[in-house]
Amino acid sequence: MKHNLILRVIAKYLFPVIALFAFYVQFHGDYGPGGGFQAGVILSVAFIFYALVFGLETTEQVLPPYLLRLLASTGILIYAGTGVATMLMGGNFLDYDLLAKNPVAGQHLGIMMIELGVGISVCAVMLLIFFVIAGRGRS
Amino acid sequence: MIDTLIDITLLAFLTITAIAIIRINNLFVIIMLFGIFSLHSAGLFVVMDAADVAFTEAAVGAGIATVLMLGTLALTREHEEKKVAHRTRLPLLVVLITTIALVYGTYDIPSFGDPAAPAQQHVKPRYIDHSIEETGVANTVTAVLASYRGYDTLGEVTVIFTAGIGVMLLIGGRLLRRNRREDDE
Repeated sequence: MKHNLILRVIAKYLFPVIALFAFYVQFHGDYGPGGGFQAGVILSVAFIFYALVFGLETTEQVLPPYLLRLLASTGILIYAGTGVATMLMGGNFLDYDLLAKNPVAGQHLGIMMIELGVGISVCAVMLLIFFVIAGRGRS
Repeated sequence: MIDTLIDITLLAFLTITAIAIIRINNLFVIIMLFGIFSLHSAGLFVVMDAADVAFTEAAVGAGIATVLMLGTLALTREHEEKKVAHRTRLPLLVVLITTIALVYGTYDIPSFGDPAAPAQQHVKPRYIDHSIEETGVANTVTAVLASYRGYDTLGEVTVIFTAGIGVMLLIGGRLLRRNRREDDE
């Protein structure tokens, strides 16, 4: 879609809006609907939209596949790492009460951490699957 | 009243879309209809007050899945292959019996939102009564998913991660190969 000027201009303006909405869903999931999974999917949709308009190569310059693979595993590591951290603090696996002095604050912190992990992992995996399928047949 | 009307309309659209998916054999049209099907399901979830599920259905079902299927379509042909004619009598009988059994089964399912249903009796009152004071998170769904059922959610993320690894190992040769070449240089 190299010559679609209107599409390219609109895509440039829509990208930050979609990304911002993803972050809103990520960090507002405690109060409204949504959470890490939905936020990750929406953020990956922003990049997929960008890739559909500007091409796969351009998007892979911004987000190289090795970075996505790193991010996909980082997300899970953050999630499981939170669990291991609570174990090292003397509690059960994923027992967020111990993360802060006050159990409620600990729960809040723990939920933020694991939602962040879910978001990063889901976004990276969705993009990886898209890159693999969209890039097939052009190697 | 208006809820029932919206329910009936959405379910009618769902049925029409499903029948159209069966009848049409242009794969591009079918993928688009699948997207519409997901969007209608998301609407139904909203009517049933399951905003989180509706969110996921709209983003994954209507968004990502459609794009992935279009990407797959680009690798294959646009039309279904002609089916070999089979005898329809035995499959029809099996489908009829299954339908009757399923419809019979629905008589034992408690009606939607019934407070006496087993699903509402077990741990749900505890979540609703204590989740805010125990976790400080206003959205009970988030509290259950991330805190009370945190271990299950870890499993779900692992499933997604594994799916990504599986896709990359099966058909992701390009991504892996290009990196290896960069490493060599």
